[in-house]
Amino acid sequence: MKKTLLVISTAVMVALAAPAFAGAKQDAVMDHYKKLAKGSFSAERGKAFYSAVHTGGKPATPSCTSCHTKSPTGTGQTRANKPIAPMALSKSPDRFGDLKKVEKWFGRNCRSVLGRECTVQEKGDFLAFMYSQ
Amino acid sequence: MKKTIVMTAMIVAMAMMPANTWSRDRGVKDELTKTECGACHMVFQPRFLPAVSWTNIMSDLGNHFGEDASLDEESRTKIEAYLVKNARKKEFKYIGNGTQPIRITEIRWFKREHRNEVSKRAMKRAGTMANCVACHKGAEKGQYDDD
Repeated sequence: MKKTLLVISTAVMVALAAPAFAGAKQDAVMDHYKKLAKGSFSAERGKAFYSAVHTGGKPATPSCTSCHTKSPTGTGQTRANKPIAPMALSKSPDRFGDLKKVEKWFGRNCRSVLGRECTVQEKGDFLAFMYSQ
Repeated sequence: MKKTIVMTAMIVAMAMMPANTWSRDRGVKDELTKTECGACHMVFQPRFLPAVSWTNIMSDLGNHFGEDASLDEESRTKIEAYLVKNARKKEFKYIGNGTQPIRITEIRWFKREHRNEVSKRAMKRAGTMANCVACHKGAEKGQYDDD
């Protein structure tokens, strides 16, 4: 009985530590990057990457936050004034479910913000952060 | 007499309806074009620009008015074909330097139509002249007569 309680409470704690907003499609996209990566991904590093002011890209968009707002749960805005649905999976559960689309936007936005392609590590960390939010 | 009243009432009712009530939907029908172009901006109808303008725009998506809008080659080709097929039939005559415009906002009739039309407040709300829907509620359906 005690053992069962311990198992349950551990499971609850794990669930709380890593909220599961990701569905099967999102897991598949993450697995794609995990296979390419050398190490593991960190939501903390992803958060720092998201908030950082980068150099090398276009002056008007030095950060993810330039268009997506300071919080990934916020509604962003394109330069042509269209709203961008929140990046956080808790707010936009259908996001990051299509690898082709994910790669399209990493390609465009990494070149715009950093002036280069993002590394697998950066992409994985970024996704880990968005999956946790 | 009764007939006249009914007729008059009908005419008044019709006149009070917005101008675009009976306009047909002249918006973009192609789903891929709607999805890809519409991800960032209002889906402009291809009839605003001649074919050569669309070809030029679609050949430089890496620098799309300052944005990286790169597409996979299959999508790019399909969208370009749709835009070219439905483009404005005639090129603009008054372009002096021989190139056709790629910005709808730089076309002479566009400038004339909007001269002194957009208040500072409306402009602040729209953000950019490319945000047609801010003022023309039916713009996505190709309806612009509501100003």
